Amino acid sequence: MTEPLIAVQHLAIAFPNNPVFKDLNFTINQGDFLTVIGENGVGKTTLIRALLGLVKPTSGSINYYPSKKATKIGYVPQFRNLDQEYPLTIEDFVGLNIRGWLPWLTKAEHRQVNTAMSVTNVKKIKQRPLGMASGGEKQRAYLAQAIVEEPQLLILDESTASLDNEMKYELLDLVQNLNQTSNITVLFITHDLPLAQKYADHFLALRPGQQEYGTMAGMSIEQLKEVSDV
Amino acid sequence: MFSLAFMRHAYLAGTFIAIICGTIGVFVIARNLSFLTHTLSEIGFAGAAFGIFMGWTALSGMLIFTVISSVIVGQMSVKQSRREASISAISALFIGLGILFLSLSNQTSSYATSILFGSVIGIAQADVIRVAVLSGIVLLVMLGLYRPLKFDSFDAIGARVSGLWTTAISVVFLVLVAMSVSVAAQIVGSLLIFILLTLPAAAARYFVHTVSKMIGLSILFALVGVWLGLYLSYVTNLPVSFFIAAIECIFYFAALGYQRLSVGS
Ligand SMILES: Nc1ncnc2c1ncn2[C@@H]1O[C@H](COP(=O)(O)OP(=O)(O)OP(=O)(O)O)[C@@H](O)[C@H]1O
Ligand SMILES: [Mg+2]
Repeated sequence: MTEPLIAVQHLAIAFPNNPVFKDLNFTINQGDFLTVIGENGVGKTTLIRALLGLVKPTSGSINYYPSKKATKIGYVPQFRNLDQEYPLTIEDFVGLNIRGWLPWLTKAEHRQVNTAMSVTNVKKIKQRPLGMASGGEKQRAYLAQAIVEEPQLLILDESTASLDNEMKYELLDLVQNLNQTSNITVLFITHDLPLAQKYADHFLALRPGQQEYGTMAGMSIEQLKEVSDV
Repeated sequence: MFSLAFMRHAYLAGTFIAIICGTIGVFVIARNLSFLTHTLSEIGFAGAAFGIFMGWTALSGMLIFTVISSVIVGQMSVKQSRREASISAISALFIGLGILFLSLSNQTSSYATSILFGSVIGIAQADVIRVAVLSGIVLLVMLGLYRPLKFDSFDAIGARVSGLWTTAISVVFLVLVAMSVSVAAQIVGSLLIFILLTLPAAAARYFVHTVSKMIGLSILFALVGVWLGLYLSYVTNLPVSFFIAAIECIFYFAALGYQRLSVGS
């Protein structure tokens, strides 16, 4: 049941004059809901970018099973500067992430877009320009775009940071549902310890020069606070 | 009007130009590259003058200059902070070069005005064929690259994290813009080329909200401008670029007005 998806061993990443990690070790198994917690600037986004292959590790290894190529990843980035004038409808925005060479979407691809929109609850507002959507609707549209190609791994980088409490839980309920029904592995970065504790089954707590990895079962919010310094 | 060969040529070439400018323009606007179309038209002017100086066609000179510089300028514009000043410097240099080449080539000043402001009368059948072939190439490449180009233009961050070759896409796109600038300058002139490359697309995005509909409407705005502009120029004997500019501005300000109304209500 617990097949590994990603193994990170002795990972070190350094920017000029800024050693972000020295020796990071953890494994993500298929179907895990892993939260990465830690204070601002500790390197959470950098870790994700390394997992995505956008930053080269200084040393150490990141191994995907069976391979990085065979692993489809959906990613909701931390920042997306779409302003009020952003013209595309939610439906068109979600469809951007569908790969292929045909200029138009096939019937099957339209179905994919529709499924992603109904799972994330944006189907009712699919004709709305994304620039006009509320913060929560935008995040759900981003999520829909990230899952439209049915990824095995879904990465959320502080996707809840701009949302009010009710919206946060609504979004994470959707993610939890994907995790449980479709066995999508989830990597969720957050500052919000209660949220991490409620939804994740594993945690990776990052502190400058240190890390702690473990299962969430039995962890209290106070204990999380202690290991992560948040 | 269509009994005159040059008017038939102008309408044919104008139709191709409107189609590629309308299409490319949607991506120019989405990628915030309006400034680049200005620079490229100035570089195009220098290229045209250089082409004439060398005894080639104006179009070949333009193509060489704009394609090479679009790649260089595109690389520079990655560094946002340096962009503004260095682009003005480049524009100034190329306008100067254009004037230099023109005076060296001993052409009458009517040549200069036709490069800068465009001209309908000079279009021969061979020109129409060149315009058609170049437009065809631009459209084919666009079709082949449509999905990645759309993703990168309308969601650059999403495209990058999803592993698209975004740098390669930008370079190819800049070359397409350069080709469109050179082609379109044949009619509207290099001074007003940015009008067809930006205004129809900028207007379209206020009315419709999918990429394909924006392309359709943008082409329509460009076509109406070119066709009506040619007609009005024919009956009044005034420059076609004036009419095209005026018509596209009307579309654009109508779109802004429409936006105000629909947001206000
Ligand atoms: N491309 C880069 N070049 C140089 N330094 C960088 C680069 N990207 C990030 N850093 C530095 O690496 C450190 C970690 O940054 P990172 O964005 O990973 O933090 P984070 O944990 O995601 O923070 P936050 O909670 O604010 O999102 C920071 O000190 C940052 O300044
Ligand atoms: Mg971050």
